Amino acid sequence: MKFSEQWLRSWVNPALSADELSHLLTMAGLEVEEQEAAAPAFDNVFVAEVLSTSKHPDADRLNICSVNVGEAEPLQIVCGAPNVAPGLKVPCARIGASLPGDFQIKRAKVRGVESFGMLCSGDELGIPDGVDGLLVLPADAPVGAPLRDYLQLDDQLLTLKLTPNRTDCLSIKGIAREVAALTGATQTPVVIAPVAPRCDDVRSVTLGAPAACPRYAGRVVKNVNQAAATPDWMKQRLARSGIRAISAIVDITNYVLLELGQPMHAFDLAKLEGDITARLAQPGEKLTLLNDKELTLDADMLVIADDKKPVALAGIMGGADTGVTEATRDIFLESAFFAPAVIAGKARRLGFSSDSSHRFERGVDFGNCREALERATQLVLELCGGEAGPIVESIAELPARNPVALRVSRVARVLGVTLPAADIIAILQRLGLGTELAGDVITVTPPSYRFDIEIEEDLIEEIARVYGYDNVPVAASNAKLAMLPQPGDARGKTALKNILVARDYQEAINYAFVEEKWEADFAGNVSPVKLINPIASQMSVMRSTLIGGLVAALKHNLNRKHDRVRLFELARVFKSRDAADQPELIAGLAWGTREAEQWGEGKERVDFYDVKADVEALLAPRVAEFSRASHPALHPGRSAEVVLEGRAIGVIGELHPQWVQAYELVSAPVLFELAVAGLVAVAKVEAKPVSKFQGVRRDLALIVDDVVEVGSLLTTLKSAAAGFVTEIALFDVYRGKGVVEGKKSLAFKVLMQDTHKTLTDEEVDAAVAKLVRQAEAAGATLRV
Amino acid sequence: MAAHVQHILDEGLAALAATNDPVELENSKARYIGKEGAITALLRQLATLPPEEKKTFGATVNQAKQAFEAALAARREELAAEKLARQLAAEALDVTLPGRGRAAGGLHPVTLVQQRIEALFRSIGFEVADGPEIETDFHNFEALNIPKDHPARAMQDTFYVEGGEVLRTHTSPIQVRYMLNNQPPIKIVAPGRVYRVDSDATHSPMFHQMEGLWVDEGVSFADLKSVIVDFLRNFFEDDTLQVRFRPSFFPFTEPSAEIDVMGKRGWLEVGGCGMVHPNVLRNVNIDPEKYTGFAFGIGLDRFAMLYYGVNDLRLFFENDLSFLGQFKQA
Repeated sequence: MKFSEQWLRSWVNPALSADELSHLLTMAGLEVEEQEAAAPAFDNVFVAEVLSTSKHPDADRLNICSVNVGEAEPLQIVCGAPNVAPGLKVPCARIGASLPGDFQIKRAKVRGVESFGMLCSGDELGIPDGVDGLLVLPADAPVGAPLRDYLQLDDQLLTLKLTPNRTDCLSIKGIAREVAALTGATQTPVVIAPVAPRCDDVRSVTLGAPAACPRYAGRVVKNVNQAAATPDWMKQRLARSGIRAISAIVDITNYVLLELGQPMHAFDLAKLEGDITARLAQPGEKLTLLNDKELTLDADMLVIADDKKPVALAGIMGGADTGVTEATRDIFLESAFFAPAVIAGKARRLGFSSDSSHRFERGVDFGNCREALERATQLVLELCGGEAGPIVESIAELPARNPVALRVSRVARVLGVTLPAADIIAILQRLGLGTELAGDVITVTPPSYRFDIEIEEDLIEEIARVYGYDNVPVAASNAKLAMLPQPGDARGKTALKNILVARDYQEAINYAFVEEKWEADFAGNVSPVKLINPIASQMSVMRSTLIGGLVAALKHNLNRKHDRVRLFELARVFKSRDAADQPELIAGLAWGTREAEQWGEGKERVDFYDVKADVEALLAPRVAEFSRASHPALHPGRSAEVVLEGRAIGVIGELHPQWVQAYELVSAPVLFELAVAGLVAVAKVEAKPVSKFQGVRRDLALIVDDVVEVGSLLTTLKSAAAGFVTEIALFDVYRGKGVVEGKKSLAFKVLMQDTHKTLTDEEVDAAVAKLVRQAEAAGATLRV
Repeated sequence: MAAHVQHILDEGLAALAATNDPVELENSKARYIGKEGAITALLRQLATLPPEEKKTFGATVNQAKQAFEAALAARREELAAEKLARQLAAEALDVTLPGRGRAAGGLHPVTLVQQRIEALFRSIGFEVADGPEIETDFHNFEALNIPKDHPARAMQDTFYVEGGEVLRTHTSPIQVRYMLNNQPPIKIVAPGRVYRVDSDATHSPMFHQMEGLWVDEGVSFADLKSVIVDFLRNFFEDDTLQVRFRPSFFPFTEPSAEIDVMGKRGWLEVGGCGMVHPNVLRNVNIDPEKYTGFAFGIGLDRFAMLYYGVNDLRLFFENDLSFLGQFKQA
């Protein structure tokens, strides 16, 4: 809601500056989003009349004008504007004037002719009017009057960003009411006297859907001069509210809308066939609106219809065929109340909004219909002439304004500040609410213009707002002290992130909606969760894997010439729409050299085993099994499923060469993706005693076929380990001289230690021999 | 005789001083105080001297021997010290060469700010809660007192998924889920990704919010102000930060307020808050007569922008290492 400060001040004029007024409104919940001057600063500009003009002897395009500025002697002024002509009223900047852009008017000679001022265009005064040339003022403009006063340029335009509950402030009347309540200033509303009918013409009004339209008032006005000019004061107020003047009748309905908050509509009476009914549309009925939209109506849409057809989409927009045109002589004015529920969502469904629908869907004062109709009639008669018929009005059951019980004690409980009942009552009364006190309870009756007062809290908000949020103390509560649980067998997501950060990964955040192709490529998901209204086609489905985003981020960074990329992301993915099917995953990507380029390290590329160590670090102290598995995103020979305690919790591997090529990457990154749920649980440590006895290490080199996986041999060895074997670990893999082609040598260290005694050589030898026998049984030979 | 002893001693001391070589030093020792050494030879002469001379000469020669031994020991130490000094000099490193191995990565700035805020709220007993991002209409709207076709729905342009659910437009559904499963006292913060159909320099279709909720007996608007002011002053580490609460409207709180802080260029909106609407409490089976509570919501991306002086929201979602690499302090 944008409006002129001066218009508001004509209704209520508190002793506040424009800035103070803005602050007052903002702090009362009517946020002033913008405040701008109606015109930039300038002075010494007056209404002047051009008396005569003559050609400048030395310049074709200049005229020497004699200008009356309201003094005894006219001024000689040289003017280059194309539209200058004797008899015109125009703005004149006199010597000493300063214009916008720090432009000073001085006595000057223009091509040898003296000029004592300047005739001004709208542009030069910072009030553009779209005219090439002088700003032409009305013929009755008083010569000599300061232009700022005459055009009321010392005005501020305020734009309110109103919340949906404060529909009552979508008018000058409503804002004035609010300002009066907040300041105690007296209101001086326009005087609206009922217009006495001067003809008998009527159209009867039927409420065909009384719940949707419980009040409809209308009136015929005959013989209006549709071509009458809209007066400047009205045009100016409309313009300062951002509304363009169109024609007198339309301008009047818009003006009443702004002034009183009542959307109005004017029909061309000649186009209405018979009487008026407000009813629900019949499915399939057609209506073309004033904005040229052709609608096929739905059964839940409310229309205004004559005896033959719908003529307006009620509360949203009038029909094109029955609108006021240049040929209109007689009009039918509508002022009605439509229930918010029937208007809400319709404009949205149709893809447009109007000032009328915006108000009706939030709630329009149903007590205001008749007054607004009288006001519009009054203005029509004043500006366009004509004879008004009697008001025809139908009223069904209007929205109830049920009394709301407010407990004085509840106000204190919710706000944390105790206000005496008398203060609360004073605030409510200033807001126009009826009050009745009995004990702790004030019974409050809201007025017809308040759609947002139904329960106790609605009133508490009103009290807090007027009392001032600033005045509520910043009070420390006497809250109970209770510590938060710190489970010993779980770690937070932060802990997981920190492990990866310590291993040189940078956290990334990618969009949750991705290209549909990514889901197929990186997750083999051909039926992802789809968005109905994506912001772009490449953001149309919800991801079920984080890999696509990481690959895209790799590509972005490669394009930016980064030569080493290590990224991770922890986020929710979407296996389905179900709330239980949106697990959190943690995924990482490594590409480039193993270590950042530096003097003491080689330039080896990061590989599967580097990233495997990162995954193992994330899992530690728990140890997962890695088993070969196929995954659509990953190289089939260089990827594995991560299995923890029998459950697959994720994958690790090189990006599949086909995606390396398709996504134009230089070489394959190594990726992992794990379920967060599988990582957060950690067993609480139960300490074991430390052995006091000497440990023994024996090394075993076993030769096996090249295809044998280390994991299986290790399992074999562990199955044969004596109770005092504390660790069996691989420390070398060797192929080449001394080992037959097609075979490899695996070197294991075996650590043994007993907690009760020093191990004897015999015991150690027997344990090692058992390991060797077991290995040999599995096809390995001892390397000697 | 004494002069002769002195002469031999002088010669010996000179020999010790002249050598830098430990082997040569030990040779000199042999030449003077070894079995065949010059000073040893003088001692042997003692036996041949008459008793009256024996005493004085003996003393002189012994003094000479002691002097030589002392000089030898000193010279040995000197040479050892020189040797060590040479070794240390040879072993010296270029301490300005960079450290070797792996540096640390970093967390995303939004995460850092989220952790900072979580820590502040944990310090006054708020637990961290979480919830799904594809939400039902009930959890995202209905339970929060936003019925269908309510104009408030237009305040948040919603992404819909096929099947009728929505991408949550705010973190408030987490409160709904939490309150459905827990009875007061409830003190939670709920960070997370949220979605709205909006994309430009100051709006991202996906962004981050943190929701806070405290429901208990006797929680008031004054408590709300106290907690928010305390939080903002601690977050920005400014004990005099001006904070104001501006009346506003949210369907799920009443009274409602926008939270503004005084920035370098005037008031800056940083979040919304209010007393939990009784309808919301009823929707989650909490008795609004017994319990009251407040809720607030803030934009984590906006807080990260303010905290780190980032002026373009889009940087947070481009994952450019040149940008992200600046936020190393975890």
